[in-house]
Amino acid sequence: MSWKHFESSWWCRLSAVACFGLALLLAEGKSAASEDLEVTIGYLERALPPAPVLSNLETIPTDQGLAGAQLGLADNNKTGKFLGQEFTLEKRIVDQDQDLSETARELLNRTNLLVTNMASEDLLVVADMPEARDALLINVSEGDIELRNESCRRNLVHTIPSRAMLADALAQFAVQKKWTRWALIEGPESEDHAYAKALERSAKKFDIDILGKKTWDFDADMRRSATRELPLFAQSFPEHDLLVVTDERGDFGRYLPYNVWIPRPVAGSEGLRPDAWSGAVEQHGAAQLQRRFRGATSRSMRPVDYAAWAAVRTIGEAVTQTKSNDPTVLRSYILSDDFELAGYKGRKLSFRPWNGQLRQPIPLSHPRAVVAQAPLEGFLHQHNEMDTLGLDRADSLCSMF
Amino acid sequence: MYVLRCWGLFGVALALSLVSSGPLAAGEIWVSNEKDNTISVIDEESLDVVRTIDVGERPRGITFSKDHSVLFLCASDSDTVQVIDPDSGEVLNELPSGEDPEQFVLHPDNRYLYIANEDDAITTVVDVESRKVVAQIDVGVEPEGMAVSPDGKIVITTSESSNMAHWIDAETHEIIANTLVDQRPRHASFTADGRELWVSSEIGGTVTVFDVESQSEKAKIAFEIRGVRPDRVQPVGFELTSDGKYAFVALGPANRVAVVDQKTYEVLDYILVGRRVWHMTFNGDESLLFTTNGVSGDVTVIDVEKLQPVKTIKVGRFPWDAAYRPSP
Repeated sequence: MSWKHFESSWWCRLSAVACFGLALLLAEGKSAASEDLEVTIGYLERALPPAPVLSNLETIPTDQGLAGAQLGLADNNKTGKFLGQEFTLEKRIVDQDQDLSETARELLNRTNLLVTNMASEDLLVVADMPEARDALLINVSEGDIELRNESCRRNLVHTIPSRAMLADALAQFAVQKKWTRWALIEGPESEDHAYAKALERSAKKFDIDILGKKTWDFDADMRRSATRELPLFAQSFPEHDLLVVTDERGDFGRYLPYNVWIPRPVAGSEGLRPDAWSGAVEQHGAAQLQRRFRGATSRSMRPVDYAAWAAVRTIGEAVTQTKSNDPTVLRSYILSDDFELAGYKGRKLSFRPWNGQLRQPIPLSHPRAVVAQAPLEGFLHQHNEMDTLGLDRADSLCSMF
Repeated sequence: MYVLRCWGLFGVALALSLVSSGPLAAGEIWVSNEKDNTISVIDEESLDVVRTIDVGERPRGITFSKDHSVLFLCASDSDTVQVIDPDSGEVLNELPSGEDPEQFVLHPDNRYLYIANEDDAITTVVDVESRKVVAQIDVGVEPEGMAVSPDGKIVITTSESSNMAHWIDAETHEIIANTLVDQRPRHASFTADGRELWVSSEIGGTVTVFDVESQSEKAKIAFEIRGVRPDRVQPVGFELTSDGKYAFVALGPANRVAVVDQKTYEVLDYILVGRRVWHMTFNGDESLLFTTNGVSGDVTVIDVEKLQPVKTIKVGRFPWDAAYRPSP
């Protein structure tokens, strides 16, 4: 066999293989089934011991967030198996006194897609690590407004609503009800202060008067004395329509409803609550998500669980649509107009391109039923009514996007 | 074979005995009331509710057997499909349906019922004669929409949270293709000629039309209504006229039914109906369309020729599905 002959037959063979491969690709491309894709999602949590509260009755689940992420993963895989996409969750839970950076670095070396369940300070440490430069972090637990504003980061998006979104939802409801004279009781913790600030911001935005404000600083055991002390505490408020309380950890607020000086409804972190999610949400197919979650965990789904579910589903949806696991591709798709997520809230959810916040309806509920869901009718917006909640493009001081 | 013949004879005998007895009656529209655990029966002529029948918990999908001798009903929270005698209203027996049956479709052979089990991500195939589960097929999250091609070869399940249509070979019960659609597909149906598959996407706000042979997307229909927020326009149930002329698409909280040209995919009109319109059915000659309006708890009757609503009929709480049977 001459060299020339060899060369031509070699080419023949090569092109035949190529043609065969191309034919296979074309055949595959006909339906949605495509090349196999493995996607690793990191779950990083700073676990803090539960804050002490007055009531001993309630057990606070220790898997908040993680349980939601795991359900999202199961949903992703049920979809992914038809498309040759496989999702895995690498979870890392760091104790109060462990080094977060070290764990974050190790996890970031394995994956660039991170679901984060931690407070602002920790979150910024992780987001600013050099290893996280090309990563996509999804915040599922921190409602801090600043994280969506001056402290925003290019690699950080949020599925948990900001406190501004929650406060705006309550304010819209109050305006609709004409309950526009508020009295505000602020809890002693920094998060209570942050929520009170958000409510004050919303009151200004929707022309609500906060006629009285007091900080709860009693340290009595309210199981014995709630009926005596709280009415007296609220006695000095001027006439108001709604008593608003900020007590995020659920310490004293529970002793307020029905136990006030003048008969007024209670809202905020007690009574009527604006949340990302609550056990009472059932419309728009939500009952199915609630059942799936309860089936897996034997408890009801909490806001952080919902946000973690939405974070993992966001990645799943973006991977399904882009057929990529590259965080840069996913990030630009997630922030684009094409992205939409069905999140059991009756509207398609998407991310604000100016600060990476997931826009979403906010249910206002008590433990047994949803009373209303913001944005409420009549609160209009030139682009998307969900942007009447929280930081709109014009308010945003985030310049990283 | 013998059993089949017996059934057929029985059906004919039953039909004959019914025809010979009593005065000429009009057809009936059966409506499942999701939150009342009842069925409202509407008389086609008087357009009034003439009977209310107690059924299992959370009745949703309903369909008649091909000879209209029995009604199949998804009693979702009772985890069963009930087989009901439409004359007496009595539950004859229950089919093993898998958990939380939501919608189903009866194969043209009148024997196999394909049921979407919403909570289990499964499509269950039940033999309605032997009352046995023949197969269970893994599908995506929250299966809902069910369709079967007119030739009986392909069964479709759409999964709400996986956003895809699964194409199932009716003979082998294997999935042969998966095609992506927009967010939250709710309903699927083949055109009468079997050449197209239509799938509605509630949150995506669209209807996708597939070419059946190539399983490829052929068209996507979007809706726009003056004065209605785009995200309130949520396509759910729909019906295709068998003459290939119109598609009627329920738009959920937009409280309207869209009229679409089946050939050009152009939206011709929007008809105002009750609140949160969900599913619908035609009468026998397709001159009237009955839509279930969940929130307002009523049924709107639409004149198909004039494309106008002619009456609203109060039914039970949260009417969900509707099915027609000719005069018994």
